[in-house]
Amino acid sequence: MKSSFPRSLQTVVIVLVIVGLVTLALGGYFSPVTNLFSRLTVDAQTWISDRYMAVVDFLTVPRNVASLLASNTELEAEVARLQTQVIDLQQQVTETNILSALVDFARANPEYSYKAASVIGRDPSPFLRYVIINVGSNEGVLPGMPVVTDKGLVGRVEAVIAEAARVQLVTDAASAVDVRLQASNIEAMLEGSVTGELSLNMISQDAIIQVGDVVLTSGLGGTYPPNLLVGQVVSIRKLQSELFQQAAIQPNVDFSQLQFILVITNFNPVDISPLIATPGP
Amino acid sequence: MRRAILTAIIVLGLMVMLQISIASRIMLLSGNVDLLLLVVAAWGLQERVRAAWVWGLVASLLAGLVSGVPWYIYLFGYLSVVGLARLLVHRIWQAPLLAMFAVTFIGTLELLMLTYAQRIILEVPLAFGEVFSQIVLPTVLLNLLLAIPIHALIRDLAGRLYPEEGMA
Repeated sequence: MKSSFPRSLQTVVIVLVIVGLVTLALGGYFSPVTNLFSRLTVDAQTWISDRYMAVVDFLTVPRNVASLLASNTELEAEVARLQTQVIDLQQQVTETNILSALVDFARANPEYSYKAASVIGRDPSPFLRYVIINVGSNEGVLPGMPVVTDKGLVGRVEAVIAEAARVQLVTDAASAVDVRLQASNIEAMLEGSVTGELSLNMISQDAIIQVGDVVLTSGLGGTYPPNLLVGQVVSIRKLQSELFQQAAIQPNVDFSQLQFILVITNFNPVDISPLIATPGP
Repeated sequence: MRRAILTAIIVLGLMVMLQISIASRIMLLSGNVDLLLLVVAAWGLQERVRAAWVWGLVASLLAGLVSGVPWYIYLFGYLSVVGLARLLVHRIWQAPLLAMFAVTFIGTLELLMLTYAQRIILEVPLAFGEVFSQIVLPTVLLNLLLAIPIHALIRDLAGRLYPEEGMA
């Protein structure tokens, strides 16, 4: 059966309908329809994509866990290595600060020659306040040489072997150092004790001493060079019934934290024992 | 015998290093633990070990080398500890820890009193009351606290060195 419309007319009608639909769409008249369509399309796409990714994850996760575990192990090892490095660097910074202070002290006191050393141990006997240092006679260290830090007097070398030496701290009970008070120039004897506390003895009752007075070595006796800082007076004990007054000293050096010290190598201690009178027969 | 001496030098050398670098820095008041004494006592209390006296000798020589206290004080002190341990090991063998405590207590007191006497002879001003409260009591306490772990370690070591004795 032949159509009642000629073919060209059909074409024109179709074109007009399409143009009309496009015009209506551009004019926004089909928005609800297109929105509904696009929402359905997006939802469908999302659902399909999610399912696909779930399948992909299911197939690939075991491999990723293994690689993640390996990666995690590597990172943990790296963190541990870096933490060790940080601790090492912090230790080096601390040591550098201490050594820098020692260098400053040496520059400020150029009249002496120094040999730096590390404290590597302490005497096993609780009766003795000695430390062991890692320089010995091979480095020119000899018994009797004074030992200091940038904070002040530490003690003196008591015994030496080739690669190490033992230092008697001024806090040792057998230690006695001739000192003077900086302000009043009063001379006294600095003595250690079992507990590691320092005290000033042999101060005459007439002498006027005050809390806060700075204590320096006097150089008398020839055991230590003069004017090395020792500490400060923190308390005074003056009893009329006693021959001398006493004072407790706060040392400037923290003897529990000794790490590095300086041995004064150009000071020759003088042995005055032959000059000390002994009771005759 | 040679193996026992070699072991003594290695173990006691390690103990000396631990003592001067760590143990002597850990103080209770003015006292600190004596690892060498504990090791010598524990070794002497192992029933069938050989060369216990050699351990006492090596320990005293090593201690005398690093310490300002004369070597003969350690020699007398540590050999006394070995002697006491060998005496007790057959008498209260049922209670080795009790024997360890007894040897540690008596040995520590003896060594500290010997050192105190030597310091007094050298005219070091030491008040006995202060020495007792600041050094003797804390050192005895620390030594007794560490006596059990040291005894366990040395017992294991003796068992490895003398397996047939350890199993007996």
